[in-house]
Amino acid sequence: MAKYIFKRICLAIVTIWAVATLTFFLMNLVPGGPFMSEKAVSPEAMAALEAKYGLDKPLGEQYLTYMKDALHGDFGQSLRQRGRSVSSIIFSKFPVSAKVGGMAVVVALVLGVPLGCLAAFNRGKVWDHIISVIATCGIAVPSFVICTFLMYTFGVKLKWLPTLGLTGPANYIMPVVALAFYPMAYIMRLMRSSMLDVLGQDYMRTAKAKGVSQSKSIFKHALRNAILPVITYLGPMMAYTLSGSFIVEKIFTIPGLGGQFVSSITNRDYTVIMGTTIFLATFMVIMMVVVDILYKIVDPRIKLK
Amino acid sequence: MKKKVISLVLIAAMAISMVACGKSDSKKSDSADAVKELKVQVGPNPETLDPALNSAVDGGNVILHAFETLLTVDENGNYKEGQAEKWEVSEDGLTWTFHLRDGLKWSDGSDLTAEDFVYSWKRVCNPEVAAPYAETVLGMVKGYDEAMAGDADALAVTAKDDKTLVVEMKNPCTYFEGLASFATLSPVQKASVEANGDGWATAPETYVSNGPFKMTEWVPDSYITFEKNENYWNKDAIKLDKLTFLLIEDPNAAYSAYQQGEALMIKDVPTEEIPSLEGNEEFFVEPIIGTYYLNMNETQEIFKDEKVREALSLAIDRQYVADKIMQGTYTPAWNLMGPGWKDTDGSEFMDNANGGKGYISEDYDKNLEKAKKLLAEAGYPEGKGFPTIKYSTNDAGYHIPLAEYLQTAWGELGITVEVDKMEWASFTPARRSQQFDTARNGWVGDYSDPSNMLDLFCTTNGNNDGKYSNPEYDAAMELSRTTTDAKERSEALHKAEDIVMADNGIIPVAYYNDFYLMSNKIQGAWHSATGYWYFMYADIAE
Repeated sequence: MAKYIFKRICLAIVTIWAVATLTFFLMNLVPGGPFMSEKAVSPEAMAALEAKYGLDKPLGEQYLTYMKDALHGDFGQSLRQRGRSVSSIIFSKFPVSAKVGGMAVVVALVLGVPLGCLAAFNRGKVWDHIISVIATCGIAVPSFVICTFLMYTFGVKLKWLPTLGLTGPANYIMPVVALAFYPMAYIMRLMRSSMLDVLGQDYMRTAKAKGVSQSKSIFKHALRNAILPVITYLGPMMAYTLSGSFIVEKIFTIPGLGGQFVSSITNRDYTVIMGTTIFLATFMVIMMVVVDILYKIVDPRIKLK
Repeated sequence: MKKKVISLVLIAAMAISMVACGKSDSKKSDSADAVKELKVQVGPNPETLDPALNSAVDGGNVILHAFETLLTVDENGNYKEGQAEKWEVSEDGLTWTFHLRDGLKWSDGSDLTAEDFVYSWKRVCNPEVAAPYAETVLGMVKGYDEAMAGDADALAVTAKDDKTLVVEMKNPCTYFEGLASFATLSPVQKASVEANGDGWATAPETYVSNGPFKMTEWVPDSYITFEKNENYWNKDAIKLDKLTFLLIEDPNAAYSAYQQGEALMIKDVPTEEIPSLEGNEEFFVEPIIGTYYLNMNETQEIFKDEKVREALSLAIDRQYVADKIMQGTYTPAWNLMGPGWKDTDGSEFMDNANGGKGYISEDYDKNLEKAKKLLAEAGYPEGKGFPTIKYSTNDAGYHIPLAEYLQTAWGELGITVEVDKMEWASFTPARRSQQFDTARNGWVGDYSDPSNMLDLFCTTNGNNDGKYSNPEYDAAMELSRTTTDAKERSEALHKAEDIVMADNGIIPVAYYNDFYLMSNKIQGAWHSATGYWYFMYADIAE
């Protein structure tokens, strides 16, 4: 186990390095720069800015300097939000996204797993049909449509829920629902098909023949086996949801990392692009390792090699 | 049995999700107490609130509530006393003297003197600060070039005593009042800036200001809260206790915040809502000094032909564009300089231009006839032989609908137009390096002197994206910079506009307006022709 984790960590470092390097050169290939504005900045000011942030040096040198600083934990200053460091931006925004995303993960799991089971137990019946309609909607409808629908219906028309920011508990409801909808639908579908698979297995029939009570056979035998695909999905899903969604954050004016990530790209804020990319890549890799370990706990047959 | 189990599971699921939502945030909204708080939306998160570094209207709107410059702008667009209680100009127009009020203080209670202005203005010229507006606001001051080369003390701005600031010019600058009220020239506190570096303008503790309000909280991409500055000289005239800028980026989000009453004023109104807002007394369309225009790449042979340029200009039905394409939120432009620009005697520049009538005829049918004739004379009858041209634009506001309209309008001349839709950050450098055939462009004035826009079309100007060049134009603008005679200066400026319009060096399409929603509960706030909102003296009616 320890050896496995060590191996995964080494692999993770290589992955993160590759992501960082690719991002660095790709981002510099894209036209435009951080100091471009509608009103032309004088050549002197432009030169001074570039010198201040080291953008006047050859790209290779910039890359080496950046990597060296990053290894020391220094991700530099934002080029556009002057006076703010990249780390301070990430650490003030990630918790906001993670909080909303965390709730969405809980909602997606807590509704997705039981509803998926419910559909499986009632295969071909009304419940199954209702749930499959919900699941299809959740997967097919893009999140901006869900956000706009929620905002219009519950915010503007009915005035039940606040639409702006995260100032009170009620503010969380719409963004959490919007974020949770897709993963919930996906989990429902995964759960339904894997549960159907498990219910048809011989050991389920054996359990029933042995007189094991229905609830016990479901919780002890069926659920534990059927939930494995959901756990596989959990890793990327959590990384994706916790890191924030640009659309949800923009529509509900949530100061999270997802919105920051996208706006740093459109603003060519190089240091923020690099910082958030490295942070999100690291987060993603960690989630994958955690899922692998969870896998082992749920299913002892799996060997971590 | 099976159903019972399932129901139990479902109930548990619901319960857990309720708890998950419920335990979110304990912060309570303080809507019902006696604090008079105004919440407005004047743009998304400003990149900086450092007066020297800001180059955006969004940032300027916030800064002008935190800082006060020497002079300010009143509700009629006139300059009036700010930190200075009076000011005078020497006869040769080269020396400006500002007399500060008694007992000026910073928001932390310390004294503010003329030395603070000297420090702040020299800071703007420091190349290491790299203030984007340095040349615009201080380029005419003696010693500016030396200061930009690194010798800050060369800048001829001196504090004669604690209350007297003297500015010496290399050229007379008749519009310096406009600059003395421009946010870039706000005083900043040396102690805070030097102790905190660039970060001084990001935290309320270090953001020491001298204006009507002081910052109490800034949550990036969420809101900025200000409260009344008790050390402000005119604090008794301030009726609001708190002023909050909601940093909403999405116009639809801003609109729903307005409808819910969370914001009493929003600047970003979704364009698709505009038809439904017509006739609404809280919906305002007000002119700002600025023109939406098109560039032709005049380094290309085909656009060097004056007849081609004029034909392209005349083929546009400006009234249709403003009323239909832009839904009445823009005003058709028959001149380059629209309403709001001030002539040297303070009258409307537009009223005195071209004998008081527009350079471009309002008769579209005749214009189109003429355009076809001009194109034939240029050797492209019915557009035959005219190459396919690209129209480059970014995707925001009405840019794409206008691009599609141009395909039709220039199509009438037999010209094929391809629309090159670009992302904003790629579009600006492409336009600046002449990687386009035709492109959208626009300018909103920083201050109401016409030179602010006319300078753009001088041969060497950094914003002259189409590379229009006419030595006579450059000479007229040079004269406007050096003369001390108001009449001569006015004539030079008008001559410049005559020349660029006769040359069709650029194609003006429409004048900008700000369109916004403001509740009639807000009293005593105003909007200026440079696109700023002034809430400092506002009150909220019950």
